[in-house]
Amino acid sequence: MGSFSIIAAGRELREGTTTSVRLAEQVLERSAMVEAQVHAYLTLDSDGLIKAAHEADQALAAGDDRGPLHGIPIALKDNMVTRGMETTAGSRLLAGYIPPYDATVVTRLRRSGALIVGKTNLDEFAMGSSTENSAFGPTRNPWNTDRVPGGSSGGSAAAVAARMAFGALGSDTGGSIRQPASLCGVVGCKPTYGAVSRYGLIAFASSLDQIGPLTHTVEDAALLLDAISGHDPLDATSYPGQMAPSRSRLGRGLDGVRVGVVPDMGGAEGVAPDVEASFTGMVAAMEQAGAELVEVSLPTTSEGLSSYYLIAPAECSANLARFDGVRYGYRVDGATTEEMMSASRAEGFGPEVTRRVLLGTFALSAGYHEAFYGQAQKVRTLIRQDFARAYRRCDVLVSPTSPTTAFLLGDRTSDPLSMYVSDVCTIPSNLAGHPSISVPVGTDRNDLPIGFQVMAPALREPIMFQVAEAVETLAGFDTTVPFDSGVGLRGGVR
Amino acid sequence: MNREAVIGLETHVELSTRSKMFCGCPARFDASPNTNVCPVCLGLPGALPVPNREAINRIMLIGLALDCSITPRPIFHRKNYFYADLPKNYQISQFDLPVCVNGYLDVGGDHGGRVRIERVHQEEDTGKSTHVGGDGRITAADFSLLDFNRSGVPLVEIVTRPDIRSAAQARAYAQELRLLVEALGVSDARLEEGSIRFDANVSVRSGPEAPLGTKVEVKNMNSFRSLERAVAYEIHRQTARLATGERIIMETRHWDEEVGVTRGGRVKEGSSDYRYFPDPDLVPLEIDQAWTEEIAARLPELPAQRRSRYEGLGVDPAQAASLAGAGAPLRKLFEEAIEAGAAPVQAGNWVTGEVVATLRRTGQGAGDISLTGKQLAELLSMIGRSAVSASAAREVLAGVMSGEGDPEKVAASRDLLQISDTSVLETALANVIDAHPTEFARLRNGEKKLIGFFVGRVMRETRGKADPKLASRLIRDRAGL
Amino acid sequence: MPVDIDIAHVARLARLRLSRDELALYGKQCRELLTHVARIQGVDTEGVEPTSHPLPMTNRFREDQVTPDTVLDRDEVLDQAPSVSGEFFRVPPALESS
Repeated sequence: MGSFSIIAAGRELREGTTTSVRLAEQVLERSAMVEAQVHAYLTLDSDGLIKAAHEADQALAAGDDRGPLHGIPIALKDNMVTRGMETTAGSRLLAGYIPPYDATVVTRLRRSGALIVGKTNLDEFAMGSSTENSAFGPTRNPWNTDRVPGGSSGGSAAAVAARMAFGALGSDTGGSIRQPASLCGVVGCKPTYGAVSRYGLIAFASSLDQIGPLTHTVEDAALLLDAISGHDPLDATSYPGQMAPSRSRLGRGLDGVRVGVVPDMGGAEGVAPDVEASFTGMVAAMEQAGAELVEVSLPTTSEGLSSYYLIAPAECSANLARFDGVRYGYRVDGATTEEMMSASRAEGFGPEVTRRVLLGTFALSAGYHEAFYGQAQKVRTLIRQDFARAYRRCDVLVSPTSPTTAFLLGDRTSDPLSMYVSDVCTIPSNLAGHPSISVPVGTDRNDLPIGFQVMAPALREPIMFQVAEAVETLAGFDTTVPFDSGVGLRGGVR
Repeated sequence: MNREAVIGLETHVELSTRSKMFCGCPARFDASPNTNVCPVCLGLPGALPVPNREAINRIMLIGLALDCSITPRPIFHRKNYFYADLPKNYQISQFDLPVCVNGYLDVGGDHGGRVRIERVHQEEDTGKSTHVGGDGRITAADFSLLDFNRSGVPLVEIVTRPDIRSAAQARAYAQELRLLVEALGVSDARLEEGSIRFDANVSVRSGPEAPLGTKVEVKNMNSFRSLERAVAYEIHRQTARLATGERIIMETRHWDEEVGVTRGGRVKEGSSDYRYFPDPDLVPLEIDQAWTEEIAARLPELPAQRRSRYEGLGVDPAQAASLAGAGAPLRKLFEEAIEAGAAPVQAGNWVTGEVVATLRRTGQGAGDISLTGKQLAELLSMIGRSAVSASAAREVLAGVMSGEGDPEKVAASRDLLQISDTSVLETALANVIDAHPTEFARLRNGEKKLIGFFVGRVMRETRGKADPKLASRLIRDRAGL
Repeated sequence: MPVDIDIAHVARLARLRLSRDELALYGKQCRELLTHVARIQGVDTEGVEPTSHPLPMTNRFREDQVTPDTVLDRDEVLDQAPSVSGEFFRVPPALESS
C-alpha cells in the first residue's frame, strides 16, 4: 500500500510533519504535472483550495479538530451541486451553470473539515462507462493514457489514481464508481441505497443512484463514507435509522467468514482470462486465509442488464425533462415554447443521453409500459429474491468488478451495447440496493489494474469493509501509478 | 330523440397549509414574483421532494367528509408532460393508488341528488404563466412570463363519477363541495382567487340508456355562474352538432366568459401520453386505522348536518340552506344570537336580511362584522317588547354595526326608543283631539279610516317615537270603537 | 424479438428536435437495444410484485413548517435563466400566434 492515504496524511497533520497547505500544494503540483494529459477535472479551484487549507491549518492549530478529513483535499464528481461553483454534469446543456445551493454531501464534507479540490469529469449526466461521453472531452486513464478510466466517475477515479486528490466522491447507478475504480486501480464503494443523501446529486436514475467514495485504501473509503452518510431530512429515500460505523469490523480478517463466489456475476460472458485468473487466485487466497467458500447461484441476475437498461432510461427520461431551457442552462430560441424546448434539449444533450431519454420515454409510453418498464420492475424483484436466498448461506458475495481491464479510447463508442456490457457485474447490486466495493488486486498482461468486487446485504457495510480490507492485504497491490517524474505515463505521453 | 347530457366534475382545491407540498417554501403565492421559491419547487438540478404530512392529513379529512375509503398504501406517481410553468416537466401526482376512493356527496335543493366521487388524489400545483401581447389570449401571445411562487402548492383533486345531468346540477354540486371544503378549514376555497377550480367533462348521448358520447373537457370557469353557463353552452353546442349529424371531437375547450362560448385549443389532442410511473424519489404512504381515526376525530359539522340542525330549530329549508351556506362570520352571529336567547326564525331573517343589507350598504365584508350575537339578540328582544319600532330597529342595527355601542345605548343616543308609556301617549292624544275636534267627531260617528289620521298625528306629536300599535288602541278606546 | 418503435413520436414526447438522419440512427439503435432487452419478457413473473424502490420504507414526511433558509434569492435564481423580463422568467408563447 502506498503511503498516499487520508489516514496517513491525517496522522502527519496531527504529528506536525505536514500541513494542510502542504497537502493542497502536493495535489496542485501533481495536477500541474499530469492534468493536461489526464483531464480528470472540469473545475479545479486552486485558489479556493489553498485558502481553505490555510483556514484548516489555523483551525487545527487552535485546537478545532473536525476529525479524520480535517484539512484533506477531496474531489467531487461534477454531478453534485456546489453553491457558487460551476456544476455541469458533463453536459453542454449545463455549461456555466452556477448552483445556488450545496448538495448534502458537500455540506457534510465542508463540516467535516475536508477541502474541495474541484469538480471531476464524467460521462454526461453519469451515463456511460468510459467518461468519453463528457461534453468537455474524455478523461484518460493515468495507468495508460491511451485507455479510458472507466465511467461514469472516470474523473474521480483518475484524480485519485493520479494523486490529484486524496479521495473523491463519485456516483454509482450501475457501476459508475466501482468500474472506474477497477480500471484505475483504486478502491471504489457504492454504499447501501439510502445510506448517503442524494439531495443535490443531479439525478440519473433515482432508484439506483448512490454517492460513494473513491480512495487509495479500503479504510480511507470507510472513513470517507462515514463522513457523508446518515439520514438527511431533505431526501425522502434516505435511510432513517442509525448505521453501524463502517470501520467497526476492520482488522478481523477472514476467519470463519462465509464467502459466496459468483464468477459469472450478471451472466458475464467474455470475462478476460487475466481477470478471471486474478479472481480465481484471490478466491483461493481467501480460503487459505480462513474464509469458508460457498457456491451460490443468482440465476436472475443474468437478466440484470436488460432490467437495468429499461429502468434506468425510464427514470432518466423523467429526471432529465427539467432541462428545458426555461430556468437555467442552454437555450436555443424558437417560435413557441415547444420549439424552444425541443431545440434546446436536442442541441444540449449528447448522443448517449439522447439515446437513453428516447429509450426510456418509449419504455414508459402507452402500449409498451407493462411489457417493458413493468416487466423490468418485476424482474428486479426476482433479482432481489436471488440475493436474499444467497445471503441465507453466506455473509458476502465476491465477483470480478469488470469483465475487462481498461479498454482503448474509441473502442466501444460506436456500439452502445458493447459499452453497456462493462457494467454487467456491478448492476445487480444497484438493482438490489446493496452495498458493494471494488478493491484493486493486481494487473493484467498489459499492466492494467484489475478490480475485485465484494458485495454485502443492505446496511451490512461493516462486514463488506472487513472482507475488502482482507482482500486488500492479501493482494498487496500498490496503487501508485507507475509514473516517472510525471512524464512516464505509459502509452499516451508524447 | 331524448338526448341526455352526462357531466362529471374535476375540482382542484389548493390546501392552505403553511408550507408547500414537497418543500419548506411558504404556500402563499401573492408574494412578489419568484420570491417563494427554492431548489425543489423550481426543479433545480439535484433537488428532491419530501411530502408535507399536514397535506396528507387534509386530503384524508376531505376524503372522510366525502365518505371515501382511505387507500391503505397510496403512492405518488410522476405524470410526465412538458409545460413551461411545470418546473420538472412532470407533476408529482397520483395514478392507480390515490389516497381516497369511492365516496359521494349529497347535494340538496331543487337540483340536488347524490353525486358519486370516484377518487380524491394529492398533487402539486404549477407555476403561473402570464401571456403577454396579442389580444391577451393564450393563442395569440408574443411571449409568456413565469412566476413559480405557486409551484408546489399542495393541490387536491376531487373527481366525480359522470353522475351529473344538467348545468344547474353541476353548479349545485360545485357550491355544495365548496361549502364542504370551507367547513373543513383545509383551503381558502375562493373561486375568484383560484384556490378552488372546477373543470367539467361534458358529453351528450342519445338517451338515458345509450352508450356515453364523446367527452369534452371544459376549463377556465371562474365563478359558479360561469360554470353553469359554460356547461349549459357546451351541452347546447354538442346537442346542436349531434342534431345535424356532426361528430364531437375529444378535446379541451376554454370558456370565454365575455363572449359566452367555449373555444377549442389548437393543440393536437390525443398526443398526450403521461407515462405515469411511481416516483422513485418518494416512498409509499402507509395509512393505518389509527391514523384514519385520528383524522376522523378532526371532522367538524358538515354543511348538510348543519342544515338539518337549523331545520330542527324551526328554520324553513331555504332559510336553513342560506344560513348554512353563509360564511363563517354570519353563521357564528346566528348561532351566538340563538344562544343569547333570540328566536331562531327571527334571528335567521335578520342575519340573512338586514345584517347582510347593512354590510352591503356600508361596503363591508362579512369578515369585518362588528355585531355580536348577544347584541343582535338584545335588539330582537327590544323589538319584541316594543322598545323600538321595526323601522327604528334597522337604524339601531346600523348604529351598532358602525361601532356606536350596544343596541340600548344606540337607541337612546339616537333617540329611537319607542314611547310605550300609556300616560305619555294619552297626553299626546288629548292634544291631538283638541286640535282636531271635527275629525274626532267624524271618527266617533264610525268613520274608521280616520284612525290612521290620528295615529299619524300622535306620531308627529311624539316625533315618531310613539308605539303605533298602542297609539291605535288608545284612539279606538277614546272614540268608543 | 423485433420491437416496433415510432421514433418520431417518441422524440416528440421527449421534446427532442431531431433531424431525419438522427431519427433514423437513433431509431435503429433503440430498436437493437430494445430487441436485446426484450429478452426479459421471457422471464416468468406471474404473481411477482414490481420493485419500484430498493428499500422497504413508508411514510417519510416533513412537518408543515416554512424553512426560510431554503428559500432562494430571486436575483441569484434569475441570474441563471437564459431569458428574463423584470421579475419573471421569460419564454416564447405556448402556441404559435396566427
